[in-house]
Amino acid sequence: MNVDVLVTVVKAVVVLVLLLQVAPIMIWVERRGSAFMQDRPGPNRLGPFGLFQGLADAVKFLFKEDVTPALADKPLYLAAPVLALLPAFTTSVVLPWGPNFHWGDKDYRFIIADADTGVLLFLALASLGVYSLVMAGYASNNKFSLLGSIRASAQLISYELAMTVSVLAVVIPVNSFNLGDVVEYQRTHVWNFLPQFLGFLVFSVAAFAETNRLPFDLPEAESELIAGFHTEYSAMRFAAFFMAEYTSMAALSALGVTLYFGGWSLPWINYEGLGWIGVAIGLGTLLAKVAVCMFIFVWVRWTFPRFRYDQLMRLGWKFLLPVAILNLIAVAAMTLAGWL
Amino acid sequence: MELLVFLIFAFLAVAASLVVVAHKNPVYSTMALVVTLFAVAVLFVLLGAPFIGVLQVLIYTGAIVVLFLFVIMLLNIGREESQLAGHKAQFFTAIFGSVLFGGLVILALSSVRMGAQSDGPSLALVSLKGLATTLFTEYLLPFEIIGLLLLVAVIGATVAARRPPQGEGSVHPQKEEAQP
Repeated sequence: MNVDVLVTVVKAVVVLVLLLQVAPIMIWVERRGSAFMQDRPGPNRLGPFGLFQGLADAVKFLFKEDVTPALADKPLYLAAPVLALLPAFTTSVVLPWGPNFHWGDKDYRFIIADADTGVLLFLALASLGVYSLVMAGYASNNKFSLLGSIRASAQLISYELAMTVSVLAVVIPVNSFNLGDVVEYQRTHVWNFLPQFLGFLVFSVAAFAETNRLPFDLPEAESELIAGFHTEYSAMRFAAFFMAEYTSMAALSALGVTLYFGGWSLPWINYEGLGWIGVAIGLGTLLAKVAVCMFIFVWVRWTFPRFRYDQLMRLGWKFLLPVAILNLIAVAAMTLAGWL
Repeated sequence: MELLVFLIFAFLAVAASLVVVAHKNPVYSTMALVVTLFAVAVLFVLLGAPFIGVLQVLIYTGAIVVLFLFVIMLLNIGREESQLAGHKAQFFTAIFGSVLFGGLVILALSSVRMGAQSDGPSLALVSLKGLATTLFTEYLLPFEIIGLLLLVAVIGATVAARRPPQGEGSVHPQKEEAQP
């Protein structure tokens, strides 16, 4: 019993440390990447290739003056940034971060919460992300923030549906909600994005919408709403929202990679015979795939213009949801026919 | 250990539901409702039904309460100025209601003890596969009927929320003639 708890704590600490590195690295990737795409140098003063920019940003956020609007709803205003970090970090407990490893006298899976309801738990915790946006916008006592948060909540709940249906289609051939089983299925069959390409497309689009990234970033549309729901937040509170956005991007990328691209597995490596090296290779593979996804997030952001609100809602309800349902029916039919 | 978790989340659920009922600001009530539902979901997991717990968070907290918040924010429902607060009748009604509720709780607990086969808080986990199999074989008809019911609700909501077509009971018939 004691060893189980220790192993879980170790897994949790490893995952937490990895997730905490996402925001500083992404600051650099975003700014240098966008600069590269826009044919300009980007931050290059602080350290070689501007690598210490993230550190400078962190110091700036710590020392900036923390302004709270006088008429803001204090408890909700203060709780919103904290609540933003909640779904970003808790959703990663159901993701498989590497192959099984041996500790003491038992085999353990590299999942912190190895529950039967795996993916559903991820979706449930991710759906709590709406509340931080809503609370931030409402509590700021600012028209633009309220507008931003109303748009954000409508957008999030609409695209949640399409994402859930596309995830369900992945679960059908695997016969289990557990994400570890999904990876095991993909190790023995072809990676899911090939037979379920429609579902993968729906999931990607919904992932952009769920994380409020361009082209779906109406909630924080800089040119329209100042900064949307986080207008009135400065210093560390803004840093909390910022960090929550990047971390939820990473968690959602990890989910997408686990569901559609084989997660931590590469098809030609035998992880069972490699022990701890295998775990390191698996973890490294997953991180590399997530890094590619994060770069695609940045790439898309600086390529496409923003969706208008009605276009966004129309896309979510009239296109993505029917396509996701079609994908679900097709996958169910293929599984019944024995092809999957 | 399970008893400790149960006590914490049961206390949280009761305290949050008291905030839901008693707080003047509707937004705070809704947030407290979120906490209540989350604590109840944890209690579901403790009872051996993790699927129901997760569905509770996913559907109830993740969608339904968000819609509550929409309505409250968009309609700008203000703080409740209750003229009835502190009225004598309310006090006695509260006492009466609590006595009734207490009696109901005692009745429920005593009936469980009479036919008791379970051994405390540690029940077997309801397996997802077993639940799914039962739902789609034994209870298929109620399942389909519930689906139909939801469809009827969606159609009803769409009809209730649409604007009436032009020329059918329009609100301001004189407005078009007022311009010179």
